Amino acid sequence: MSDKYPILSRPARLTKWLVSGPPFLYLLLFFAAPGIIMVLASLRYPGEFGGLAPLTAAPGTLHGLTLETYRFFFSDFIYTEIFIKSFLVALATTLICLVMAYPLALLIARSPKRSRDFMVLLVILPFASNFLIRIYAWMILLGPQAALSLLVNSLLGLIGLGPVHLLFSPFAVLVAMVYVHLPFMTLPLYTNLERHDPVLLDAAQDLGANAWQRFWRVTFPLSLPGIFSGSVLVFIPVLGMFAIPDILGGTSDMLVGNLIKEQFLGTRDWPFGSTLSIVLTIVVLLCVWLAAKLGSKRRRYA
Amino acid sequence: MHNGAGRRGMWLWAAALAVYAFLYLPLLIVIVYSFNDSRLNAEWVGFTWHWYDVLLHDEDMLAAAGNSLFIAVVSSFSATVLGTMAGIAMYRYKMKVLTFMVMAPVAMPEILLGVSLLLFFIQVLNLTLGMLSIVLAHITFSIGFVAIVVRTSLAGLDESMFEAARDSGASPWETFRYITFPLILPGVIAGGLMAFTLSLDDFVITFFTAGVGVSTLPLRIYSMIKIAVTPEVNAVSTLLMLLTLTIIVLASRIAPNVLRFKT
Repeated sequence: MSDKYPILSRPARLTKWLVSGPPFLYLLLFFAAPGIIMVLASLRYPGEFGGLAPLTAAPGTLHGLTLETYRFFFSDFIYTEIFIKSFLVALATTLICLVMAYPLALLIARSPKRSRDFMVLLVILPFASNFLIRIYAWMILLGPQAALSLLVNSLLGLIGLGPVHLLFSPFAVLVAMVYVHLPFMTLPLYTNLERHDPVLLDAAQDLGANAWQRFWRVTFPLSLPGIFSGSVLVFIPVLGMFAIPDILGGTSDMLVGNLIKEQFLGTRDWPFGSTLSIVLTIVVLLCVWLAAKLGSKRRRYA
Repeated sequence: MHNGAGRRGMWLWAAALAVYAFLYLPLLIVIVYSFNDSRLNAEWVGFTWHWYDVLLHDEDMLAAAGNSLFIAVVSSFSATVLGTMAGIAMYRYKMKVLTFMVMAPVAMPEILLGVSLLLFFIQVLNLTLGMLSIVLAHITFSIGFVAIVVRTSLAGLDESMFEAARDSGASPWETFRYITFPLILPGVIAGGLMAFTLSLDDFVITFFTAGVGVSTLPLRIYSMIKIAVTPEVNAVSTLLMLLTLTIIVLASRIAPNVLRFKT
Protein backbone atom coordinates (compact mmCIF):
# COMPACT_ATOMS: atom_id res chain seq x y z
CA MET A 1 0.00 0.00 0.00
CA SER A 2 1.18 3.49 -0.77
CA ASP A 3 0.98 4.69 2.84
CA LYS A 4 3.55 2.06 3.74
CA TYR A 5 6.07 3.97 1.65
CA PRO A 6 5.78 7.58 2.86
CA ILE A 7 8.85 8.63 0.92
CA LEU A 8 9.18 6.97 -2.47
CA SER A 9 12.78 6.43 -3.36
CA ARG A 10 13.92 7.44 -6.83
CA PRO A 11 13.69 3.99 -8.45
CA ALA A 12 10.29 3.47 -6.81
CA ARG A 13 9.09 6.74 -8.31
CA LEU A 14 10.47 5.63 -11.68
CA THR A 15 8.57 2.35 -11.33
CA LYS A 16 5.42 4.27 -10.55
CA TRP A 17 5.64 6.23 -13.79
CA LEU A 18 6.70 3.20 -15.82
CA VAL A 19 3.62 1.32 -14.62
CA SER A 20 1.01 4.06 -14.71
CA GLY A 21 2.47 6.07 -17.61
CA PRO A 22 1.47 3.98 -20.66
CA PRO A 23 -2.21 3.43 -19.75
CA PHE A 24 -2.43 7.03 -18.57
CA LEU A 25 -1.05 8.41 -21.85
CA TYR A 26 -3.25 6.10 -23.90
CA LEU A 27 -6.41 7.22 -22.12
CA LEU A 28 -5.31 10.84 -22.20
CA LEU A 29 -5.05 10.61 -25.98
CA PHE A 30 -8.05 8.40 -26.76
CA PHE A 31 -10.47 9.23 -23.98
CA ALA A 32 -9.78 12.65 -22.43
CA ALA A 33 -8.74 14.44 -25.62
CA PRO A 34 -11.80 13.29 -27.62
CA GLY A 35 -13.99 14.49 -24.74
CA ILE A 36 -12.39 17.92 -24.81
CA ILE A 37 -12.67 18.03 -28.60
CA MET A 38 -16.38 17.31 -28.28
CA VAL A 39 -16.87 20.24 -25.90
CA LEU A 40 -15.06 22.48 -28.39
CA ALA A 41 -17.03 21.07 -31.32
CA SER A 42 -20.29 21.95 -29.58
CA LEU A 43 -19.18 25.59 -29.71
CA ARG A 44 -18.45 25.56 -33.44
CA TYR A 45 -20.58 26.27 -36.50
CA PRO A 46 -21.62 23.35 -38.70
CA GLY A 47 -19.73 23.06 -41.98
CA GLU A 48 -21.50 23.52 -45.31
CA PHE A 49 -21.17 19.82 -46.18
CA GLY A 50 -21.42 18.47 -42.66
CA GLY A 51 -18.74 18.27 -40.02
CA LEU A 52 -17.38 21.52 -38.60
CA ALA A 53 -16.93 24.88 -40.28
CA PRO A 54 -13.36 26.21 -40.35
CA LEU A 55 -12.66 28.41 -37.36
CA THR A 56 -12.22 31.52 -39.51
CA ALA A 57 -15.38 30.94 -41.51
CA ALA A 58 -17.63 33.08 -39.36
CA PRO A 59 -16.42 36.67 -39.28
CA GLY A 60 -17.73 38.88 -36.53
CA THR A 61 -17.91 36.03 -34.04
CA LEU A 62 -15.57 35.10 -31.23
CA HIS A 63 -12.88 33.15 -33.16
CA GLY A 64 -15.61 31.22 -34.91
CA LEU A 65 -17.05 29.98 -31.62
CA THR A 66 -20.72 30.26 -30.67
CA LEU A 67 -23.31 29.16 -28.15
CA GLU A 68 -25.85 28.93 -30.97
CA THR A 69 -26.32 25.13 -30.65
CA TYR A 70 -27.14 25.43 -26.96
CA ARG A 71 -29.64 28.21 -27.66
CA PHE A 72 -31.14 26.03 -30.39
CA PHE A 73 -31.41 23.08 -28.00
CA PHE A 74 -33.47 25.07 -25.51
CA SER A 75 -35.47 26.99 -28.11
CA ASP A 76 -37.40 23.96 -29.31
CA PHE A 77 -39.17 21.92 -26.65
CA ILE A 78 -38.99 18.80 -28.82
CA TYR A 79 -35.37 18.15 -27.76
CA THR A 80 -36.10 18.52 -24.05
CA GLU A 81 -39.08 16.25 -24.59
CA ILE A 82 -36.87 13.54 -26.09
CA PHE A 83 -34.56 13.83 -23.08
CA ILE A 84 -37.51 13.51 -20.70
CA LYS A 85 -38.84 10.50 -22.62
CA SER A 86 -35.41 8.81 -22.48
CA PHE A 87 -35.27 9.52 -18.76
CA LEU A 88 -38.70 7.92 -18.25
CA VAL A 89 -37.79 4.87 -20.35
CA ALA A 90 -34.60 4.46 -18.30
CA LEU A 91 -36.58 4.80 -15.06
CA ALA A 92 -39.20 2.25 -16.16
CA THR A 93 -36.50 -0.19 -17.31
CA THR A 94 -34.69 0.17 -13.98
CA LEU A 95 -37.84 -0.48 -11.95
CA ILE A 96 -38.92 -3.50 -14.02
CA CYS A 97 -35.39 -4.91 -13.82
CA LEU A 98 -35.45 -4.47 -10.05
CA VAL A 99 -38.78 -6.28 -9.67
CA MET A 100 -37.59 -9.16 -11.87
CA ALA A 101 -34.05 -9.39 -10.48
CA TYR A 102 -34.98 -9.37 -6.81
CA PRO A 103 -36.53 -12.84 -6.47
CA LEU A 104 -33.81 -14.29 -8.68
CA ALA A 105 -30.99 -12.72 -6.66
CA LEU A 106 -32.66 -13.70 -3.39
CA LEU A 107 -33.10 -17.30 -4.49
CA ILE A 108 -29.47 -17.56 -5.59
CA ALA A 109 -28.19 -15.94 -2.39
CA ARG A 110 -30.20 -18.38 -0.24
CA SER A 111 -29.34 -21.49 -2.23
CA PRO A 112 -26.71 -23.97 -1.00
CA LYS A 113 -23.20 -22.67 -1.63
CA ARG A 114 -22.29 -25.28 -4.23
CA SER A 115 -25.19 -24.45 -6.57
CA ARG A 116 -24.77 -20.65 -6.35
CA ASP A 117 -21.92 -20.35 -8.86
CA PHE A 118 -23.87 -22.39 -11.38
CA MET A 119 -27.00 -20.29 -10.92
CA VAL A 120 -24.98 -17.09 -11.37
CA LEU A 121 -23.39 -18.53 -14.50
CA LEU A 122 -26.92 -19.18 -15.82
CA VAL A 123 -27.64 -15.46 -15.43
CA ILE A 124 -24.40 -14.43 -17.13
CA LEU A 125 -24.58 -16.78 -20.12
CA PRO A 126 -27.40 -15.10 -22.08
CA PHE A 127 -25.75 -11.80 -21.26
CA ALA A 128 -22.60 -13.09 -22.96
CA SER A 129 -24.30 -13.61 -26.28
CA ASN A 130 -24.11 -10.69 -28.66
CA PHE A 131 -26.31 -7.75 -27.81
CA LEU A 132 -27.77 -7.50 -31.33
CA ILE A 133 -28.68 -11.19 -31.28
CA ARG A 134 -30.63 -10.64 -28.09
CA ILE A 135 -32.52 -7.76 -29.69
CA TYR A 136 -33.09 -9.80 -32.84
CA ALA A 137 -34.51 -12.65 -30.76
CA TRP A 138 -37.29 -10.30 -29.66
CA MET A 139 -37.94 -9.40 -33.29
CA ILE A 140 -38.88 -13.04 -33.78
CA LEU A 141 -40.81 -13.38 -30.52
CA LEU A 142 -42.88 -10.22 -31.03
CA GLY A 143 -43.38 -10.66 -34.78
CA PRO A 144 -46.96 -10.60 -36.10
CA GLN A 145 -46.95 -14.37 -36.72
CA ALA A 146 -45.36 -15.27 -33.38
CA ALA A 147 -47.35 -17.14 -30.74
CA LEU A 148 -47.28 -14.17 -28.35
CA SER A 149 -48.81 -11.77 -30.89
CA LEU A 150 -51.43 -14.32 -31.90
CA LEU A 151 -52.37 -14.92 -28.26
CA VAL A 152 -52.56 -11.23 -27.35
CA ASN A 153 -54.58 -10.41 -30.43
CA SER A 154 -57.03 -13.27 -29.99
CA LEU A 155 -57.58 -12.16 -26.39
CA LEU A 156 -58.07 -8.57 -27.53
CA GLY A 157 -60.42 -9.86 -30.23
CA LEU A 158 -62.60 -11.50 -27.55
CA ILE A 159 -63.24 -8.16 -25.91
CA GLY A 160 -63.73 -6.51 -29.28
CA LEU A 161 -60.47 -4.61 -29.55
CA GLY A 162 -58.59 -4.35 -32.81
CA PRO A 163 -55.33 -6.18 -33.48
CA VAL A 164 -52.20 -4.54 -32.07
CA HIS A 165 -48.63 -4.71 -33.35
CA LEU A 166 -46.24 -5.73 -30.61
CA LEU A 167 -43.18 -5.27 -32.81
CA PHE A 168 -42.05 -1.73 -33.67
CA SER A 169 -43.76 -0.30 -30.61
CA PRO A 170 -42.76 1.28 -27.27
CA PHE A 171 -43.68 -2.05 -25.69
CA ALA A 172 -41.07 -3.90 -27.78
CA VAL A 173 -38.45 -1.29 -26.86
CA LEU A 174 -39.16 -1.66 -23.15
CA VAL A 175 -39.12 -5.48 -23.25
CA ALA A 176 -35.75 -5.52 -25.00
CA MET A 177 -34.32 -2.84 -22.69
CA VAL A 178 -35.25 -4.98 -19.68
CA TYR A 179 -33.98 -8.14 -21.32
CA VAL A 180 -30.59 -6.69 -22.20
CA HIS A 181 -29.99 -5.00 -18.84
CA LEU A 182 -31.43 -7.53 -16.37
CA PRO A 183 -28.04 -9.09 -15.43
CA PHE A 184 -26.66 -5.65 -14.52
CA MET A 185 -29.32 -5.50 -11.78
CA THR A 186 -29.17 -9.17 -10.76
CA LEU A 187 -25.42 -9.47 -10.14
CA PRO A 188 -24.82 -6.52 -7.76
CA LEU A 189 -28.04 -7.37 -5.94
CA TYR A 190 -26.96 -10.99 -5.51
CA THR A 191 -23.49 -9.94 -4.31
CA ASN A 192 -25.17 -7.78 -1.68
CA LEU A 193 -27.80 -10.32 -0.58
CA GLU A 194 -25.22 -13.07 -0.30
CA ARG A 195 -23.36 -11.10 2.37
CA HIS A 196 -26.37 -10.74 4.69
CA ASP A 197 -26.03 -12.55 7.98
CA PRO A 198 -28.91 -15.07 8.31
CA VAL A 199 -28.74 -14.60 12.08
CA LEU A 200 -30.52 -11.25 11.61
CA LEU A 201 -33.53 -13.01 10.06
CA ASP A 202 -33.58 -15.58 12.87
CA ALA A 203 -33.49 -12.74 15.39
CA ALA A 204 -36.39 -11.01 13.64
CA GLN A 205 -38.35 -14.25 13.68
CA ASP A 206 -37.69 -14.74 17.39
CA LEU A 207 -39.01 -11.24 17.95
CA GLY A 208 -42.22 -12.28 16.23
CA ALA A 209 -41.80 -10.81 12.75
CA ASN A 210 -43.71 -12.62 10.02
CA ALA A 211 -42.22 -13.41 6.62
CA TRP A 212 -43.30 -10.15 5.04
CA GLN A 213 -42.01 -8.08 7.98
CA ARG A 214 -38.70 -9.93 7.90
CA PHE A 215 -38.31 -9.06 4.26
CA TRP A 216 -39.51 -5.49 4.44
CA ARG A 217 -37.82 -4.51 7.73
CA VAL A 218 -34.57 -6.51 7.49
CA THR A 219 -33.64 -7.83 4.06
CA PHE A 220 -34.84 -4.94 1.93
CA PRO A 221 -33.17 -2.06 3.85
CA LEU A 222 -29.92 -4.02 3.99
CA SER A 223 -30.03 -4.56 0.23
CA LEU A 224 -30.36 -0.86 -0.64
CA PRO A 225 -26.66 -0.45 -1.56
CA GLY A 226 -27.05 -3.36 -4.00
CA ILE A 227 -30.22 -1.81 -5.42
CA PHE A 228 -28.48 1.52 -5.93
CA SER A 229 -25.44 0.11 -7.70
CA GLY A 230 -27.66 -2.11 -9.86
CA SER A 231 -29.89 0.83 -10.71
CA VAL A 232 -26.97 2.96 -11.85
CA LEU A 233 -25.68 0.08 -13.99
CA VAL A 234 -29.08 -0.25 -15.70
CA PHE A 235 -30.16 3.38 -15.85
CA ILE A 236 -27.07 4.88 -17.50
CA PRO A 237 -26.67 2.58 -20.51
CA VAL A 238 -30.42 2.76 -21.19
CA LEU A 239 -30.23 6.55 -21.23
CA GLY A 240 -27.83 6.51 -24.19
CA MET A 241 -29.22 3.50 -26.06
CA PHE A 242 -29.97 3.88 -29.76
CA ALA A 243 -29.86 0.36 -31.18
CA ILE A 244 -32.98 -0.99 -29.46
CA PRO A 245 -35.34 1.85 -30.55
CA ASP A 246 -33.64 1.72 -33.96
CA ILE A 247 -34.45 -1.96 -34.47
CA LEU A 248 -37.56 -2.63 -32.39
CA GLY A 249 -39.17 0.79 -32.04
CA GLY A 250 -41.56 2.55 -34.35
CA THR A 251 -40.62 5.64 -36.32
CA SER A 252 -41.73 7.96 -33.51
CA ASP A 253 -39.89 6.12 -30.73
CA MET A 254 -36.84 8.33 -30.78
CA LEU A 255 -34.62 8.52 -27.72
CA VAL A 256 -31.58 10.70 -27.05
CA GLY A 257 -29.24 8.06 -28.46
CA ASN A 258 -31.10 8.02 -31.79
CA LEU A 259 -31.05 11.80 -31.92
CA ILE A 260 -27.28 11.93 -31.37
CA LYS A 261 -26.65 9.17 -33.90
CA GLU A 262 -28.79 11.04 -36.44
CA GLN A 263 -26.80 14.27 -35.96
CA PHE A 264 -23.47 12.51 -36.48
CA LEU A 265 -24.25 10.05 -39.25
CA GLY A 266 -27.47 11.38 -40.81
CA THR A 267 -27.77 15.17 -41.03
CA ARG A 268 -24.07 15.49 -40.12
CA ASP A 269 -24.61 18.50 -37.87
CA TRP A 270 -21.63 17.77 -35.64
CA PRO A 271 -21.84 20.87 -33.44
CA PHE A 272 -25.44 20.09 -32.51
CA GLY A 273 -24.63 16.38 -32.09
CA SER A 274 -21.81 17.38 -29.73
CA THR A 275 -24.13 19.66 -27.79
CA LEU A 276 -26.64 16.83 -27.34
CA SER A 277 -23.81 14.51 -26.22
CA ILE A 278 -22.65 17.05 -23.67
CA VAL A 279 -26.14 17.56 -22.29
CA LEU A 280 -26.42 13.76 -22.02
CA THR A 281 -23.06 13.62 -20.20
CA ILE A 282 -24.27 16.24 -17.73
CA VAL A 283 -27.54 14.34 -17.14
CA VAL A 284 -25.56 11.12 -16.55
CA LEU A 285 -23.19 12.83 -14.10
CA LEU A 286 -26.15 14.35 -12.22
CA CYS A 287 -27.80 10.92 -11.96
CA VAL A 288 -24.61 9.28 -10.69
CA TRP A 289 -24.10 12.06 -8.18
CA LEU A 290 -27.71 11.78 -7.01
CA ALA A 291 -27.48 7.98 -6.70
CA ALA A 292 -24.23 8.24 -4.74
CA LYS A 293 -25.77 10.81 -2.41
CA LEU A 294 -28.96 8.79 -1.88
CA GLY A 295 -26.90 5.64 -1.47
CA SER A 296 -24.68 7.06 1.24
CA LYS A 297 -27.63 8.57 3.13
CA ARG A 298 -29.53 5.27 3.05
CA ARG A 299 -26.51 3.33 4.17
CA ARG A 300 -26.23 5.50 7.25
CA TYR A 301 -29.76 4.52 8.28
CA ALA A 302 -29.51 0.86 7.35
CA MET B 1 -36.12 -22.34 8.37
CA HIS B 2 -35.57 -18.82 7.14
CA ASN B 3 -34.07 -19.79 3.82
CA GLY B 4 -37.29 -20.31 2.02
CA ALA B 5 -38.62 -23.76 2.76
CA GLY B 6 -42.35 -24.24 2.41
CA ARG B 7 -44.90 -22.23 0.52
CA ARG B 8 -42.93 -19.00 0.49
CA GLY B 9 -39.92 -20.79 -0.95
CA MET B 10 -42.15 -22.15 -3.68
CA TRP B 11 -43.16 -18.65 -4.69
CA LEU B 12 -39.55 -17.55 -4.81
CA TRP B 13 -38.68 -20.54 -6.98
CA ALA B 14 -41.62 -19.90 -9.28
CA ALA B 15 -40.70 -16.24 -9.73
CA ALA B 16 -37.04 -17.05 -10.31
CA LEU B 17 -37.84 -19.84 -12.78
CA ALA B 18 -40.06 -17.44 -14.73
CA VAL B 19 -37.16 -15.00 -14.97
CA TYR B 20 -34.78 -17.76 -16.08
CA ALA B 21 -37.32 -18.72 -18.76
CA PHE B 22 -37.50 -15.07 -19.84
CA LEU B 23 -33.69 -15.05 -20.14
CA TYR B 24 -33.40 -18.25 -22.16
CA LEU B 25 -36.53 -18.50 -24.30
CA PRO B 26 -35.50 -15.84 -26.87
CA LEU B 27 -32.07 -17.40 -27.39
CA LEU B 28 -33.51 -20.91 -27.71
CA ILE B 29 -35.89 -19.65 -30.39
CA VAL B 30 -32.95 -18.25 -32.38
CA ILE B 31 -31.05 -21.53 -32.11
CA VAL B 32 -34.09 -23.63 -33.06
CA TYR B 33 -34.92 -21.46 -36.09
CA SER B 34 -31.34 -21.65 -37.34
CA PHE B 35 -32.19 -25.28 -38.25
CA ASN B 36 -35.63 -24.47 -39.67
CA ASP B 37 -36.24 -25.31 -43.30
CA SER B 38 -38.20 -22.14 -44.02
CA ARG B 39 -37.41 -18.60 -45.10
CA LEU B 40 -39.69 -17.26 -42.37
CA ASN B 41 -39.13 -17.24 -38.63
CA ALA B 42 -42.76 -18.10 -38.06
CA GLU B 43 -43.38 -21.82 -37.88
CA TRP B 44 -41.30 -24.96 -37.72
CA VAL B 45 -41.15 -26.71 -41.10
CA GLY B 46 -38.36 -29.24 -40.80
CA PHE B 47 -34.71 -29.71 -39.92
CA THR B 48 -31.99 -28.39 -42.23
CA TRP B 49 -28.31 -27.41 -42.28
CA HIS B 50 -29.09 -25.09 -45.19
CA TRP B 51 -28.57 -21.76 -43.36
CA TYR B 52 -25.15 -22.85 -42.11
CA ASP B 53 -24.26 -23.75 -45.66
CA VAL B 54 -25.42 -20.32 -46.86
CA LEU B 55 -23.32 -18.76 -44.12
CA LEU B 56 -20.18 -20.66 -45.10
CA HIS B 57 -20.49 -19.32 -48.66
CA ASP B 58 -21.31 -15.72 -47.71
CA GLU B 59 -18.10 -13.90 -48.66
CA ASP B 60 -19.07 -10.63 -46.94
CA MET B 61 -19.91 -12.43 -43.73
CA LEU B 62 -16.64 -14.38 -43.77
CA ALA B 63 -14.65 -11.20 -44.39
CA ALA B 64 -16.50 -9.49 -41.53
CA ALA B 65 -15.76 -12.45 -39.25
CA GLY B 66 -12.09 -12.25 -40.21
CA ASN B 67 -12.01 -8.52 -39.42
CA SER B 68 -13.76 -9.10 -36.09
CA LEU B 69 -11.26 -11.76 -35.06
CA PHE B 70 -8.26 -9.67 -36.10
CA ILE B 71 -9.57 -6.61 -34.25
CA ALA B 72 -10.39 -8.69 -31.16
CA VAL B 73 -6.94 -10.30 -31.05
CA VAL B 74 -4.97 -7.07 -31.51
CA SER B 75 -7.12 -4.90 -29.26
CA SER B 76 -7.53 -7.43 -26.45
CA PHE B 77 -3.78 -8.10 -26.38
CA SER B 78 -2.96 -4.38 -26.18
CA ALA B 79 -5.73 -3.73 -23.66
CA THR B 80 -4.50 -6.61 -21.49
CA VAL B 81 -0.99 -5.13 -21.31
CA LEU B 82 -2.23 -1.57 -20.65
CA GLY B 83 -5.08 -2.70 -18.40
CA THR B 84 -2.79 -4.84 -16.25
CA MET B 85 -0.49 -1.85 -15.77
CA ALA B 86 -3.48 0.34 -14.95
CA GLY B 87 -4.86 -2.22 -12.49
CA ILE B 88 -1.49 -2.45 -10.69
CA ALA B 89 -1.15 1.35 -10.62
CA MET B 90 -4.70 1.77 -9.30
CA TYR B 91 -4.09 -0.77 -6.55
CA ARG B 92 -0.58 0.26 -5.56
CA TYR B 93 -0.55 4.04 -6.00
CA LYS B 94 -4.25 4.95 -5.62
CA MET B 95 -3.96 7.60 -8.34
CA LYS B 96 -7.34 9.33 -8.51
CA VAL B 97 -7.01 10.80 -12.01
CA LEU B 98 -5.87 7.50 -13.51
CA THR B 99 -8.69 5.64 -11.74
CA PHE B 100 -11.21 8.11 -13.13
CA MET B 101 -9.85 7.81 -16.67
CA VAL B 102 -9.86 4.01 -16.47
CA MET B 103 -13.37 3.68 -15.01
CA ALA B 104 -15.21 6.44 -16.90
CA PRO B 105 -15.21 4.72 -20.33
CA VAL B 106 -16.68 1.62 -18.65
CA ALA B 107 -19.40 3.57 -16.84
CA MET B 108 -20.61 6.06 -19.45
CA PRO B 109 -23.11 5.35 -22.23
CA GLU B 110 -21.20 3.79 -25.13
CA ILE B 111 -22.58 6.22 -27.68
CA LEU B 112 -20.69 9.10 -26.03
CA LEU B 113 -17.36 7.34 -26.43
CA GLY B 114 -18.29 6.41 -30.01
CA VAL B 115 -19.15 9.90 -31.21
CA SER B 116 -16.29 11.63 -29.39
CA LEU B 117 -13.80 9.21 -30.96
CA LEU B 118 -15.42 9.73 -34.38
CA LEU B 119 -14.93 13.48 -34.01
CA PHE B 120 -11.38 13.05 -32.75
CA PHE B 121 -10.25 10.62 -35.47
CA ILE B 122 -11.63 12.73 -38.30
CA GLN B 123 -11.24 16.27 -37.04
CA VAL B 124 -7.96 16.05 -35.15
CA LEU B 125 -6.00 13.02 -36.34
CA ASN B 126 -7.31 13.27 -39.91
CA LEU B 127 -7.49 9.50 -39.92
CA THR B 128 -9.44 7.51 -42.50
CA LEU B 129 -11.85 5.41 -40.49
CA GLY B 130 -11.21 1.68 -40.72
CA MET B 131 -9.33 -1.12 -39.00
CA LEU B 132 -6.95 1.19 -37.14
CA SER B 133 -9.64 3.47 -35.72
CA ILE B 134 -11.71 0.46 -34.60
CA VAL B 135 -8.73 -1.15 -32.85
CA LEU B 136 -7.79 2.11 -31.10
CA ALA B 137 -11.39 2.58 -29.91
CA HIS B 138 -11.69 -1.01 -28.68
CA ILE B 139 -8.48 -0.69 -26.65
CA THR B 140 -9.90 2.44 -24.97
CA PHE B 141 -13.04 0.74 -23.66
CA SER B 142 -11.33 -2.59 -22.82
CA ILE B 143 -8.55 -1.18 -20.60
CA GLY B 144 -11.02 -0.50 -17.80
CA PHE B 145 -12.47 -4.02 -17.76
CA VAL B 146 -9.01 -5.62 -17.60
CA ALA B 147 -7.89 -3.14 -14.92
CA ILE B 148 -10.90 -3.90 -12.70
CA VAL B 149 -10.25 -7.65 -12.92
CA VAL B 150 -6.50 -7.24 -12.23
CA ARG B 151 -7.13 -4.92 -9.29
CA THR B 152 -9.59 -7.48 -7.89
CA SER B 153 -6.97 -10.24 -8.12
CA LEU B 154 -4.37 -8.02 -6.43
CA ALA B 155 -6.77 -7.16 -3.61
CA GLY B 156 -7.15 -10.89 -2.92
CA LEU B 157 -3.42 -11.42 -2.34
CA ASP B 158 -1.71 -11.57 1.03
CA GLU B 159 0.47 -8.50 1.58
CA SER B 160 2.87 -10.44 3.78
CA MET B 161 4.13 -12.34 0.73
CA PHE B 162 5.52 -9.13 -0.75
CA GLU B 163 7.14 -8.24 2.55
CA ALA B 164 8.71 -11.69 2.78
CA ALA B 165 10.10 -11.32 -0.74
CA ARG B 166 11.48 -7.86 0.06
CA ASP B 167 13.04 -9.09 3.31
CA SER B 168 14.77 -11.92 1.46
CA GLY B 169 16.40 -9.32 -0.76
CA ALA B 170 14.25 -9.49 -3.91
CA SER B 171 14.20 -6.36 -6.05
CA PRO B 172 10.77 -4.89 -6.90
CA TRP B 173 11.08 -6.34 -10.41
CA GLU B 174 12.00 -9.78 -9.07
CA THR B 175 9.07 -9.63 -6.63
CA PHE B 176 6.77 -8.82 -9.51
CA ARG B 177 8.27 -11.35 -11.90
CA TYR B 178 8.37 -14.33 -9.52
CA ILE B 179 5.59 -13.62 -7.01
CA THR B 180 2.99 -11.05 -8.00
CA PHE B 181 2.64 -11.85 -11.69
CA PRO B 182 2.22 -15.63 -11.38
CA LEU B 183 -0.40 -15.05 -8.68
CA ILE B 184 -2.45 -12.54 -10.68
CA LEU B 185 -1.98 -14.37 -13.99
CA PRO B 186 -5.43 -16.05 -13.83
CA GLY B 187 -6.96 -12.58 -13.41
CA VAL B 188 -4.91 -11.20 -16.28
CA ILE B 189 -5.98 -14.05 -18.56
CA ALA B 190 -9.64 -13.74 -17.52
CA GLY B 191 -9.45 -9.97 -18.13
CA GLY B 192 -7.92 -10.57 -21.54
CA LEU B 193 -10.66 -13.07 -22.45
CA MET B 194 -13.23 -10.53 -21.31
CA ALA B 195 -11.64 -7.85 -23.50
CA PHE B 196 -11.62 -10.33 -26.40
CA THR B 197 -15.36 -11.07 -26.14
CA LEU B 198 -16.20 -7.40 -25.59
CA SER B 199 -14.31 -6.49 -28.75
CA LEU B 200 -15.85 -9.34 -30.72
CA ASP B 201 -19.36 -8.32 -29.61
CA ASP B 202 -19.09 -4.55 -29.68
CA PHE B 203 -21.58 -2.85 -31.92
CA VAL B 204 -22.11 0.75 -30.75
CA ILE B 205 -18.53 2.02 -30.67
CA THR B 206 -17.60 0.09 -33.81
CA PHE B 207 -20.64 1.56 -35.56
CA PHE B 208 -19.22 5.08 -35.15
CA THR B 209 -15.55 4.32 -35.72
CA ALA B 210 -15.72 1.86 -38.65
CA GLY B 211 -16.28 4.21 -41.57
CA VAL B 212 -17.51 2.73 -44.84
CA GLY B 213 -14.70 0.39 -45.86
CA VAL B 214 -14.53 -2.12 -43.04
CA SER B 215 -17.29 -4.30 -41.62
CA THR B 216 -17.35 -6.51 -38.55
CA LEU B 217 -19.64 -9.36 -37.56
CA PRO B 218 -21.93 -7.21 -35.37
CA LEU B 219 -22.12 -4.55 -38.10
CA ARG B 220 -23.13 -7.25 -40.62
CA ILE B 221 -25.73 -8.63 -38.22
CA TYR B 222 -27.09 -5.13 -37.69
CA SER B 223 -27.52 -4.44 -41.37
CA MET B 224 -29.08 -7.87 -41.89
CA ILE B 225 -31.72 -7.37 -39.22
CA LYS B 226 -32.32 -3.77 -40.30
CA ILE B 227 -32.70 -4.50 -44.00
CA ALA B 228 -33.40 -8.10 -44.93
CA VAL B 229 -33.91 -10.73 -42.29
CA THR B 230 -33.07 -14.21 -43.50
CA PRO B 231 -32.58 -17.23 -41.23
CA GLU B 232 -28.87 -16.89 -41.99
CA VAL B 233 -28.88 -14.42 -39.06
CA ASN B 234 -30.04 -17.28 -36.82
CA ALA B 235 -27.14 -19.44 -37.97
CA VAL B 236 -24.46 -16.78 -37.46
CA SER B 237 -26.03 -15.90 -34.10
CA THR B 238 -25.94 -19.51 -32.97
CA LEU B 239 -22.27 -19.88 -33.91
CA LEU B 240 -21.38 -16.60 -32.20
CA MET B 241 -23.25 -17.70 -29.06
CA LEU B 242 -21.32 -20.95 -29.07
CA LEU B 243 -18.02 -19.05 -29.29
CA THR B 244 -18.76 -16.60 -26.48
CA LEU B 245 -20.19 -19.40 -24.36
CA THR B 246 -16.91 -21.30 -24.69
CA ILE B 247 -14.88 -18.24 -23.74
CA ILE B 248 -17.07 -17.39 -20.75
CA VAL B 249 -16.96 -20.94 -19.39
CA LEU B 250 -13.19 -20.93 -19.91
CA ALA B 251 -12.80 -17.62 -18.09
CA SER B 252 -15.00 -18.78 -15.22
CA ARG B 253 -12.80 -21.87 -14.83
CA ILE B 254 -9.60 -19.82 -14.78
CA ALA B 255 -10.77 -17.13 -12.37
CA PRO B 256 -14.11 -17.95 -10.72
CA ASN B 257 -14.22 -14.80 -8.57
CA VAL B 258 -13.93 -12.50 -11.53
CA LEU B 259 -17.24 -13.49 -13.08
CA ARG B 260 -19.02 -13.21 -9.77
CA PHE B 261 -18.21 -9.49 -9.71
CA LYS B 262 -16.61 -9.87 -6.31
CA THR B 263 -14.19 -7.45 -4.81
